[in-house]
Formats: sequence, structure tokens, C-alpha cells
Amino acid sequence: MLVNLLSGDKPRSTVLTVLLLVILVGLALAPFLFPGVRSLETAARICIFIVLVASYDLLLGYAGIVSFAHTMFFGLGAYGVALASTHMGRGYDALIAGAGLGAVAAAALALLIGLFSLRVRAIFFAMITLAVASAVAVLVSQFSGLTGGEDGLNYKIPRELTPAFRLGEVMGVRINGKVLNYYLIFAGSLALFLLMLRIVNSPFGRVLQAIRENDFRAEAIGYKVVWYRTLATCISAATAALAGSLFAIWLRYVGPDTTLSFEIMLDILLMVVIGGMGTMYGAVIGATIFVLAQNYLQTLMGSASEATSALPLVPHLLDPDRWLMWLGILFILSVYFFPTGIVGRLRAGR
Amino acid sequence: MTAAPDHTPTFAETTLAERIGKAAPVLLVPVLVVLGFIAIGAPSSWLTLTVSGLAMGMMIFIMASGLTLVFGLMDVINFGHGAFISVGAFVGVSVLLALGTWTGAPSLLLNVAAVLLAVIAAMIVTGALGWGFERVIVRPVYGAHLKQILVTVGGLIVIEQLIHVIWGPDEIFINRPVMLKGAVTFAGAAVEKYRLLAVVIGLALFVAMRMVLRRTKIGLIVRAGVENGEMVQALGYRLRLVFIGVFIAGSALAGLGGVMWGLYQEVITAGMGEEMMILVFIVVIIGGLGSVEGAFIGALLVGLLQNYVAFLEPKLALVSNIALMTAILLWRPQGMMPVVKAK
Repeated sequence: MLVNLLSGDKPRSTVLTVLLLVILVGLALAPFLFPGVRSLETAARICIFIVLVASYDLLLGYAGIVSFAHTMFFGLGAYGVALASTHMGRGYDALIAGAGLGAVAAAALALLIGLFSLRVRAIFFAMITLAVASAVAVLVSQFSGLTGGEDGLNYKIPRELTPAFRLGEVMGVRINGKVLNYYLIFAGSLALFLLMLRIVNSPFGRVLQAIRENDFRAEAIGYKVVWYRTLATCISAATAALAGSLFAIWLRYVGPDTTLSFEIMLDILLMVVIGGMGTMYGAVIGATIFVLAQNYLQTLMGSASEATSALPLVPHLLDPDRWLMWLGILFILSVYFFPTGIVGRLRAGR
Repeated sequence: MTAAPDHTPTFAETTLAERIGKAAPVLLVPVLVVLGFIAIGAPSSWLTLTVSGLAMGMMIFIMASGLTLVFGLMDVINFGHGAFISVGAFVGVSVLLALGTWTGAPSLLLNVAAVLLAVIAAMIVTGALGWGFERVIVRPVYGAHLKQILVTVGGLIVIEQLIHVIWGPDEIFINRPVMLKGAVTFAGAAVEKYRLLAVVIGLALFVAMRMVLRRTKIGLIVRAGVENGEMVQALGYRLRLVFIGVFIAGSALAGLGGVMWGLYQEVITAGMGEEMMILVFIVVIIGGLGSVEGAFIGALLVGLLQNYVAFLEPKLALVSNIALMTAILLWRPQGMMPVVKAK
């Protein structure tokens, strides 16, 4: 049953199993284990980014396609919910319609880009997606009448999902709408993650891996490589859009900086590579480490920076704002020395 | 291997259509300029826009030429190129700020000397950085495209953060040297002096690059290396050295472009290279990977179109480039003048 749920893709490493269980339990019980607004915020971000990174890994790790347009799909889902909630009024129907339309739009756009440019080489596709994504980001900030421009959109979601809705106390923790909202995000992310796991362990996923290893041979065996790549792009885009919808439901705000910026694209890339390309569990590990680092490493670096303030240059290198540099160095090192990331390392060293 | 076919050479008559087809990319720029004139109507604003479009195109070309050379020769796409643009701008602007008395003096000679020193410093630093980048970051991943993209993106992140470490997190404002400020009036249209200078530098660079690539021995080796590296090495040339030289030259050109763009905008940020990269990529793609001429035409098209569209319909200016790229790729999927064959 459990193996079935994981689609037969067991962690295959004791340490990894323990880590994954810790993350799962931690996220499942986050409101009780780590009370406080900030930690709940962190936990929700981890859930959403796990889905987003897993969907990107379907492209990068399984199909070997480098795309820089992933935040565009993420943003489409988020803006779908935001626009639906603005125009249809608060309600679950608006959330569902927005998420659905966002996912469909993302898949359609991915189909268009895929058919148009997946025939060309990897490098070409990477550059084209980068250009298209930046154009979409510009469009979103320019057409402020529809999208709120740089300011983004604030909107209302059903009252049961907001902090104003109170239910009572369980184990000394006040249960309000925010906690319910968190569990909606958690359940949605878990379902989407298991779905991704199902997809990559299906025959379709195997064909993608074959294409990644040698597209020429895959074509020779009789698989239509372009179609498989395009389909992978569409699935990945739709999942990313759903992750975006969850993000929009959680934040009750959507803006270009939080959903569309190139920085988020870089974050996703770092999470995939550090966690481990070509395995869905890498997304879990990568996203968790990255979001935790983003939120808590800075505090640590701040104290390190103060401790070394007498030295020249060192405090600047350890400045809390420079945390991304250290992750960048870790990223480069992991591309060279552990191309399969943390998960691949753990699996190999069992 | 088969023997060479022994038939008598035939001279195929090229039809007019074929000849136009070959020359079409070159004709696009004048066609666009004429279309711009028709759409805008007023000759003075058209002239201003054309000059600023050309200036912008030339600066983008300077940045794109290095990238396309590196790609054509070494088959390396360097996402870190954007970081070199930023570093060049920061080094150049630091030099200019240090030479405040030279740039503030109303003497063309001192002004130009200051700019020249800034450019030289920027090119030396970015060239050296490129050399290190090639050794440390790129060399282990020759031939592996996926890793190249990932690693150079990592390099981009680290260098950008290092800029923050060295120059601080804030943007830096810079005034152009006194004599390069302001505009000259020509045929009723105001044309900024700096833009004229940018056009001159860009043109000179293009001509120089073409001459080096077409007329000198080193250019011959470079072009032969793009075509068939193994053969060139078999002939006894140390292609690796040529490669490194090209990488350094490409990085230095990014630095030059960075300084010029910084002076054009009069403000520099660590993220400017990243923003420019998108334009540079568009130019490289529509020009055809590895083609200097293609990059030149592509850059002019992008610069002109962006300025015309910004005047006619400001909201669409940045998206116009994507439309241009789409149109060109539909017409020629490999870009206008591809040098590197699709693999």
C-alpha cells in the first residue's frame, strides 16, 4: 500500500528515509510542533516549493530540458486565482476556477513554446524560454489595469481560510482559518507531489529518461522525441501553475516579484541541483534546505559577521544578505562533484 | 571516404529571388528604418529615434559579439557573460569616479582620456575574470551543454554577489564627462553626443572584428577552428590557446559594453548584466549562433525596433523584441546567418 502510494520508488537509503520522514512529519504537524506565524509561513513555503521544484525536476532531471520559463507558469497559476477571486468575488468556486484556468493556460502556453522551439538544441531552448519569460514578466507589470502592475493584486479568499475564522484550541494551539489554510496547502502539495512521483515512475517517465540519456536512440526505437518532450513541458507547466495557485491562496497577494522574477527561477534551479536532479525526493530535500537557509541561515550569518567584524572583507562576505553567494558556490560544487545532488549521494553511499 | 567526383564544374545561374534571399538579412535594417519613417512621420523625431536606436544596437552588439564568438568557437554558452557586463560597468565607473577632476574639466581631451582609461581598466579586469572563469568554471564541462548552463548560471550568481560585497548593495549614479553631455542639433533633430560616440565605437569594433576574422592568420585559424577543430589541431596549431584567447577577448568585450551601457544609462546596478543578458540572447539567437555579422544586424534591428516602438506604443517596447525573435525564427529557424551547424 505504502509502496504503491510512492509508485514503487522507495527512498533506497536509510538516511534519506529518515530525512524524508522527518520532513513529512514536520510539515504535517507544523502548526503544533512549531507554533508561531513565521514558522507556519516557512512550512507553507516549503510545501509549495516542493511541488514547484518537483515539477521543474520533471523537465530538468528526467527529460534533460533546461527551461527558464518555469516561474512564468507558476505566475500564471497564481494570477489565475488572484484574477478569479477579484472578479468572481470570494468563494471556493473562484479558487477552483482560477486554479483550473491557470493550469490550462499554462499547459497551452507550454505546448506553444514546446512545439515551436523544442526541436532545436538544449542551449537554444534555454535562451528562448529566458526571453519569453522576461517578456511575460514585463507584460504583467505593464498592463496594470488587469494585473495591478508592480503593486500586484490583493484579494479575498473564503473566510474559513483566513486568520479571522476561529475554531477553538487543540493541544494548546489556537486553531484558526490560517491553520486550515495551511492544511489545504499541505494536502494539495502532498497530492501533487505523489502525482509527480506517479508520472516519473510510469512508462512515460521511463521514456523521458531514455530521451535524456540519448535522444537519437530513443527516436530510433520509435518514440517521437518532440512529442514526449512537449508533453513533459505541458505536464510540468500545469503542475507549476497549480503550485502557483496554492501560493496565491496562501499569501492572499500576487505580485510580479513574488511569482515571476528571475530570482525565483534561480532559486528553483539551486533547489533542484542541490537536492538532486533526476529524483523527485531531491525536490523535497532541496526545497526544504533552501527555504530553511533563506529564513534562518541569515540570522546565523549575521552573528558570524558580527563575530568577525574586526577582520577586513570577511564580515562583508558573511553579511546576511550574501547568503545567496554561499549557496551559489555550493551549487557550482555540487554540479561538479555531486551531479546527482544530496539524494544521489545518499543513495550511492548506502 | 569516396573519391572526389570528376565532373566539370558548372556555373548555375542564380535567380534574382535567390540573390535577394541571400542578402535579405542585410536588407532588413534599411527596410526597418524606412518603415519607421513611414510610421512616425515627423522627420526630426525619426532621426533622433534612429540614432538612439543605432547607438543602443551598437552597444548590444559589443556585448553580444563576445558571447557569439565564444559560442561559435568553443560551443560554450556562457550565462555568466551577464556578470562580466556588470563587473565591467562597476570597474569602469569606479575609475571614472576616481578621475572626477578629468571628467569634470571642460576639455574634450581629458574627458576622452578618462573614458578611455575606464574602458581599458574594465576590459583588463573582465578579461582577467574571463580567463579565471574559463579555467575554474568552464573547463571541466566542455561538451556537456546541460552542465555548462547550470555552472555558468552558478558563476553568474556568485559574481553578482561578489559585486555586492565589493561595491556595496546600492546602485551607483554616474555623470557623463562634461563634453559628452548634451546634444547636437542636426537637421532640426536633437542627437545626443554620447549616442554618436557609441555608434562610432560600435562601427569601428565591427569593422575591426571583421578584418581580424577575415584578413589575418589568427582569424583564419579561428574560423577554421569553428568549422573543424580537430583538423586545425592536426595541422599543428594549439587551438586551446586560441580558445582561451577568444574567451578572454569575449569577456573583455562584455566589459567594454558594460562601461558604455553604464554611461548611457547613467546608473549601474549589480543586476544590470542579468537584464542585458536577455537582450543579448535575443540578438545572438536571431543573428544565428556563432555569427558576428548576424549579431551585428540582429543588434541593430533590436535597438531600432525598441526605440521606434517605445515612441509609438511605449507599453509594447520590451515585448517587441520577442515578437521580432519569433518572426525571425519562423522565417529562419537557425537564425539569420548561422555559422555553427545544428547538432
